[in-house]
Amino acid sequence: MTSRTSVVLALAAAIVALVVAGCGGSSDEAGGGDSANDDAGTKLSLVAYAVPKVGFDKVIPAFQATPKGRGIGFSQSYGASGDQSRKVEAGLSTDVVNFSVEPDITRLVDAGLVDDDWNAGEHRGIPFGSVVTIVVRRGNPLGIRDWDDLLRDGVEVVTPNPFSSGSAKWNLLAPYADKSEGGRDPQAGLDYLQKLIGEHIRVQPRSGREATETFLQGTGDVLLSYENEAYFIEEQGEEVEHINPAVTFKIENPVAVVNRTKFPDETQAFVDYLYTPEAQRLWAEAGFRPVDATVAAEFRDKFPEPATLWTIADLGGWGRVNDELFDEENGSVAKIYDEATS
Amino acid sequence: MVISRATRLSLRTLALGYLFVLVMVPLGLILFRTFENGLGAFWDQVTTPASISAIQMSLLIVAIVVPLNVVFGLVTAIALARGRFPGRGLLQAVVDLPFAVSPVVVGVSLILLWGVRGWFGGLAEAGIQIIFSLPGMVLATIFVTLPFVVREVEPVLHEIGDDQEEAAATLGAKRWQTFWRITLPSIRWGLAYGVVLTVARALGEFGAVLVVSGNVPGESQTLTLLVHARYIDDHNVFGAYAASTVLMFLALVALFLMTILNRKREDA
Amino acid sequence: MSTVVQARPEGGARRRGRRSRSYGGGVGPLGIGVATLWLSIIVLLPLAAVLAKSLEGGPAGLWDAINAPSARAALILTVAISAVVALINVVVGTLIAWVLVRDEFPGKGFVNALIDLPFALPTIVASIVLLSLYGPNSPIDLDLYATKPAVAIALLFVTLPFVVRSVQPVLMEVDREAEQAAASLGAGNLTIFRRIVLPALVPALLGGAGLAFARAIGEFGSVVLIGGGIPRETEVASQYIAKQIEIDRPESAAAVSVALLVIAFLVLFVLRLAAARTQRHERG
Repeated sequence: MTSRTSVVLALAAAIVALVVAGCGGSSDEAGGGDSANDDAGTKLSLVAYAVPKVGFDKVIPAFQATPKGRGIGFSQSYGASGDQSRKVEAGLSTDVVNFSVEPDITRLVDAGLVDDDWNAGEHRGIPFGSVVTIVVRRGNPLGIRDWDDLLRDGVEVVTPNPFSSGSAKWNLLAPYADKSEGGRDPQAGLDYLQKLIGEHIRVQPRSGREATETFLQGTGDVLLSYENEAYFIEEQGEEVEHINPAVTFKIENPVAVVNRTKFPDETQAFVDYLYTPEAQRLWAEAGFRPVDATVAAEFRDKFPEPATLWTIADLGGWGRVNDELFDEENGSVAKIYDEATS
Repeated sequence: MVISRATRLSLRTLALGYLFVLVMVPLGLILFRTFENGLGAFWDQVTTPASISAIQMSLLIVAIVVPLNVVFGLVTAIALARGRFPGRGLLQAVVDLPFAVSPVVVGVSLILLWGVRGWFGGLAEAGIQIIFSLPGMVLATIFVTLPFVVREVEPVLHEIGDDQEEAAATLGAKRWQTFWRITLPSIRWGLAYGVVLTVARALGEFGAVLVVSGNVPGESQTLTLLVHARYIDDHNVFGAYAASTVLMFLALVALFLMTILNRKREDA
Repeated sequence: MSTVVQARPEGGARRRGRRSRSYGGGVGPLGIGVATLWLSIIVLLPLAAVLAKSLEGGPAGLWDAINAPSARAALILTVAISAVVALINVVVGTLIAWVLVRDEFPGKGFVNALIDLPFALPTIVASIVLLSLYGPNSPIDLDLYATKPAVAIALLFVTLPFVVRSVQPVLMEVDREAEQAAASLGAGNLTIFRRIVLPALVPALLGGAGLAFARAIGEFGSVVLIGGGIPRETEVASQYIAKQIEIDRPESAAAVSVALLVIAFLVLFVLRLAAARTQRHERG
């Protein structure tokens, strides 16, 4: 009995030791070690929407190589923008957030977790962005070119659920802005969305990345997504290509500091770093459109300017768009979704 | 029944064929996909900081859940087997409840109870974070593994009866002495079996933990969540296969222990 | 898990316990209190919170949430596929149990251990494993991703052990002499199976199928990657509930959870009744 007890105790001790020994690294790069940085004790937690990992994987190591970033570790969580934002609101502790759409930050401002002036800077809290793009199977077998092509008979479109995903909101806003002439004729825009959602959207992945995965597994003919996501999967060697329609929508992905962070200086230094030309170049290399004018000029060939690029400001800003279209009770898109899919 | 050789062979082929297609081939394929690039590639994926911390997170949850389940499971089993009290039937039913509840419902129920807007939301507001953090994941795991120890120990308690325990009590043994010297040795294999089941389920739980986890690598990401995050969020299919293989290996160890313990238990 | 499948042994020991209200190894009133408190905090309170949330909009609100088209579709699909899966398990599970009990072949011990693998294997691994074989990158060119058969395969995988493990011990005890007697009287194999073996197996079959069904209707992890989650086509109830949480509709999630719970309870309750009845039957 005693020998058995000691074996059990030893085993338990071994497990506890193993668990305690690791401070918990977070990088998921093979061979990439951020655990050394953990010893310094400063670890910033980043909660972000589903797809910017490919960018942060370049930017974070670069930041750690700067004097201000030395010794700072990172833990990163990615998921559907709305879901991530609600988790932070509900208590998920974090230092810096990066969401797909501004309302997901506004939710945290309302909850007192992000300061009112988070978007006071030169770039209004937006370090990078993208445009809404149309991804098709390689060779574009259906000859899709623009938004009208999506409504052709039998075309199945993959886009995430707009009530969990930020990507989905951008994806719907692009044709809406086109058809409604930037919001001047809302009914025309809603008519389009009614047809698109009612007749061409079958699946409801929860995030932009899940939509990608669903599309790559063979579901649907068309994937609506971020341009950066299209670059990402093309570089992964997937059998797809993307078309930027002549008329599309400017995606702006905000970043903000969470005010209950234990490391306000470090977090602010990281957020400031995102706007430096060095970081902007890394974002551009990863497929995101930089906001720094000089860097943007360098990458003009990679990010061609669409003939017409609507912005959220053209539609009256996120406050208005969210109330009119995406409010869960009374928003027009919510009603269309409820009719079509609930 | 005297069954012709041909019939027996075809029945055997059918049964084995089903198992082959449903279980063996998929498992073999995953192993192949994991190791087709060599052991080094597998090792790289298993030893990333996120992967190591996910393994630690899973082990930490096991290290918390198992002792709690053992202590409270034993108390519950003894109360159910030896006690005669009103509501005993109800308690029996509650112990079986977790088997009938979908893991996702477990997660939802914990959010509604412990979340900021839940009944015990005051805790979260006071800075004690349950949901999207380790305590929530522990609660979810305890919920789904709660029946194992009770259900493995209780029948053994019935079987051995309480004659020896009574004799010990008559001879003046204290209650815990009786437990330690008489009861525990006779239920040890059943208890061990229950613990193995608890460990296997705790390592493998996905749905319940997914709903209540912040899914932050290094803080609230277990091995199963890592598999999912790699597959979906990281678009890292190979990494997901590698992490799956680790889990599969742990499952095989559990299976091996279950087989051994079953034999021990039947011998005892 | 095995004891859940088998009927709980009660009887002699219990009667003895009643005669002498002993403390011996018992835990006393304090222990009973501790056990009750533990079960309440871990299991009952959370479930009560779900029930309360689902009733926030009154019974009508609960009914509306369950009756929303895609919620109803998810529930119907879940129950239908689970029923099919339970039926397939009855047939194949009996077959496998029979082969394991009455047949001899090299590697039988290995196959016997293999049956428990789905219990031990994490469900998310099951999903990824099945997706690699029956998904778009299938080496046998069989792409079932996001189809009902894919959901069924995932559920068959995780429910494999239930019927096998409940039938196996009963099959070992079936009266072989009666079989031989029947055979000597000229009964064919089919008749023997139908008249002698099957009746003995019915309670075990019912129990195994019921547990498989209860497991299947709540299943999430194994379906999540391979099922596709297409509303009104392959989205099962647990996926629907998870989605409602993600899009911040906890009332709707709670309502469908309650529906799922009620179905599971009904099944287990009917099983209990059936088991109790056959037991009385055997004794009487």
